[in-house]
Amino acid sequence: MKKKVLLMGKSGSGKTSMRSIIFANYVARDTTRLGATIDVEHSHVRFLGNLVLNLWDCGGQESFMQQYCTQQPDNIFRNVEVLIYVFDVESQELERDVHYYQSCLEALLHNSPEAKIFCLVHKMDLLAEDQRDLVFKVREGDLIGLSKPGNVTCFRTSIWDETLYKAWSSIVTMLIPNVAALENSLTHFANVIEADEVLLFEKATFLVISHCQSKKNRDSHRFEKVSNIIKQFKLSCSKLGAKFQSMEVRNNAFAAFIDTFTSNTYVMVVMSDPTLPSEATLVNIRNARKYFEELENPNNIAMNHHNHKYH
Amino acid sequence: MSYEHEDYPEDPFPKDFGYGAYDQDGLDLEPNASSNSETKPRILLMGLRRSGKSSIQKVVFHKMSPNETVFLESTSKIVKDDINNSSFVQFQIWDFPGQIDFIKPPFDSDMIFRGCGALVFVIDAKDDYIEALRKFKDTVIEAYKVNPHIKFEVFIHKVDGISDDSKMESQRDIHQRSSDDLSEAGLDQIHLSFHLTSIYDHSIFEAFSKVVQKLIPQLPTLENLLNIFIPNSGIEKAFLFDVVSKIYIATDSSPVDMQAYELCCDMIDMVIDLSSIYSSEETAFDSGSSSLIKLNNNTILYMREVNKFLALVCILREENFNRQGVIDYNFICFRDAISEVFELRLKRQKQLQNPDHDDDELADDHGITMGGRLNHDNDPATVSRAP
Repeated sequence: MKKKVLLMGKSGSGKTSMRSIIFANYVARDTTRLGATIDVEHSHVRFLGNLVLNLWDCGGQESFMQQYCTQQPDNIFRNVEVLIYVFDVESQELERDVHYYQSCLEALLHNSPEAKIFCLVHKMDLLAEDQRDLVFKVREGDLIGLSKPGNVTCFRTSIWDETLYKAWSSIVTMLIPNVAALENSLTHFANVIEADEVLLFEKATFLVISHCQSKKNRDSHRFEKVSNIIKQFKLSCSKLGAKFQSMEVRNNAFAAFIDTFTSNTYVMVVMSDPTLPSEATLVNIRNARKYFEELENPNNIAMNHHNHKYH
Repeated sequence: MSYEHEDYPEDPFPKDFGYGAYDQDGLDLEPNASSNSETKPRILLMGLRRSGKSSIQKVVFHKMSPNETVFLESTSKIVKDDINNSSFVQFQIWDFPGQIDFIKPPFDSDMIFRGCGALVFVIDAKDDYIEALRKFKDTVIEAYKVNPHIKFEVFIHKVDGISDDSKMESQRDIHQRSSDDLSEAGLDQIHLSFHLTSIYDHSIFEAFSKVVQKLIPQLPTLENLLNIFIPNSGIEKAFLFDVVSKIYIATDSSPVDMQAYELCCDMIDMVIDLSSIYSSEETAFDSGSSSLIKLNNNTILYMREVNKFLALVCILREENFNRQGVIDYNFICFRDAISEVFELRLKRQKQLQNPDHDDDELADDHGITMGGRLNHDNDPATVSRAP
C-alpha cells in the first residue's frame, strides 16, 4: 500500500534535515552537511511491512515553489495522503512564507481534497526556552485561520529534541491501516502479562506506532522521549558497526525490556514489579511475537494458508 | 595534622567524600566544618574570555546539551560550583570570567590557588592563542608560587571540525611554546598535560576523566581491584563511572578504546534518561539500578550500581555471560572491596581528628585491610573457575 506524502516549505526551513534524521539515521549534527534540495527528491520508505511511504521532498527555492503551483499542480498535488508543511520559526519573511503556503494549500484542496494537512513550526531550538510556548501558540492560531477551509494540525519541532518524534509519530500513525486492531491486541497483551505500559516502535525509525498503559505516568511526553533516547543509543551502537538486539533497564521502581518483536517492530514492556525475574517477561514477549506478526501481515499469512491448502 | 601534610599533600577528599551511609559520621566529627568548603581542593577552570569554560562546566557537570550552550551568557563574576551531593567527584569548579585579571590585586592569588587540586586552562584552538599562552604563563608562575602541588592541565578546546593534522600541529605548537615560556622563567620542573577537547564529542569527558583520576589517591587500588575482577569474570573491559558526570574514575589496565568508552557513556545516558521517565529524576539511579544490552556482534554491555555515585560498566563476549552467576558474585565482592577502600579513608580521617591515635598503627591498618581484601576478592573467582 503506497501513500504519497508531500514535504514542503521554504528553502532552508529544515525539510531534508528532519527527513534524514527520522528516516536515514542522521544525527542532528550531521544535517549541517546537507545541501539544498533541487526540485523534488522522491524516496520510498518501507514502514511496517506492507505500508510504503512515498515521500516527496520538494525543494523550497522560489522558482521551484512557483513551478509546483503553476506548471505542474496535477503532478505534485494529485493523490496526496498527507501534506507536511514546514515553517522556519525564525523566518524574516513571514508574509511570503504564508503566500506560498496558501498557494500550495489551494492546489492541494483542488487536487486532493481528502488530504490531511500538518504544519510544523520548526527550529524551535533557536528561541529561548521561555518564549517557545508563547510563540508557538500565536503561530498555531494564525495557521489554523489561514488554512480555512482546510483542517490543519500544528506541531512545534526541533531536530535537537524529542518534539520531532512527537510530530512524525502522530503523522505516521495516521497512515497505518490497521492501527486500531494493533492497539487492541497490544492492550490485551499488556493485561495478560500485567505490564504497566507497552510501546510498539517501528524498527527503522523508532517512532512509536502504538501504545497502551495501565498505570498513570506523570510525563505525557514520554513516548517521544523514549523514541529519541533509544534512537540516539541505536546510533551510538552503529558507530561501532553494531546494532542492539535487546536491552533491559531496571532500578528499584521499575524494569523495562526492549526487544526485537516482529520483523518490522521493536517492543518495550515496562513492569512495575522489579522482583519478577527478567526471563518471565522475555518469554512472554517471545510468545506474543507470532500473533503480532500475523496481525501485521495478514495477507502474507493468508496467502501461505492458501498455498498450503492446494499443495 | 602534620601527617596529612607530609603524606597526602593534594588530598582531594579531605573531610567528607560523601560515601553513602558513612559520610554523616565523618561530617559530625569535623571540628571546623564551617571552613570546610573553603579548604576543599578545587579544580579551577581558567582561560581567556569566550574560550568555552562555562560551556564545559555545563556540559560535563550539568548535562546541558552542547547545542544549548550557545545561549550561555558571558560570565561576569567568579562562579563557584560545588559538585558535592550528586557526584562522586567532589570538586569545586571555579569558573573565572576571562576578562578578569585575577593575578593582580584585589584578587588574592593565595586564596585562589591554595588547596587547589588542578588548574584547567582552556585555550580556544580556533582563535589566535598567543594572548592565551601569555596569560597561561603568568597564571602558572603565580599558582606555582602559592601551591607547588597543583596539577596543570591545558585543554586545547573547540577542536571539533578541525582536521587531525592541524589538531596535532596546534597541540605541538602550544606545547612547545608553553614549555619554552616556563623554562625561560626557570620553572622547568613544572609538568604540563595537554588534552584536545570539544564539547560536541566525548573528548571533553575523556579529558576530565584523566584530570580527575590524578586527584584520586585510591586510584591504584581501584585499578588493581578491576584488574582482578575482570579476567576472573570473563570480562574484556570495565569502566568505573561517576554517573552524574560520566567521568570514568578508574578502568582496568588494558588500553582504553575511545569508541568503547563513548558507547559506555551513551549507555549510562540512556539508562538514566529512561529511569527518570519511569521512576523519577531524583531516584533514577538507585541501589537496584542495572542494565543489560545485547548487541548483534556477540557483545554484551552490563551495568551495575556500585554505590550512590558510581556504576560499573562491563563489556564482554556473549558466551562469557552464560555464567552470569559468577559475574554477579564476583561483582558483589568487587563492590564490597570498593566500599572498604573508602570506608578506610573515613576511618583514617576520624583518627586524624583524634590525636591519641598513633599514625603508624594507622598505616599498618591500611596495608592489612587492603591486602586481605584483595586476596579475599580473588578467592571466589578462582573457586568458580575450577569446574
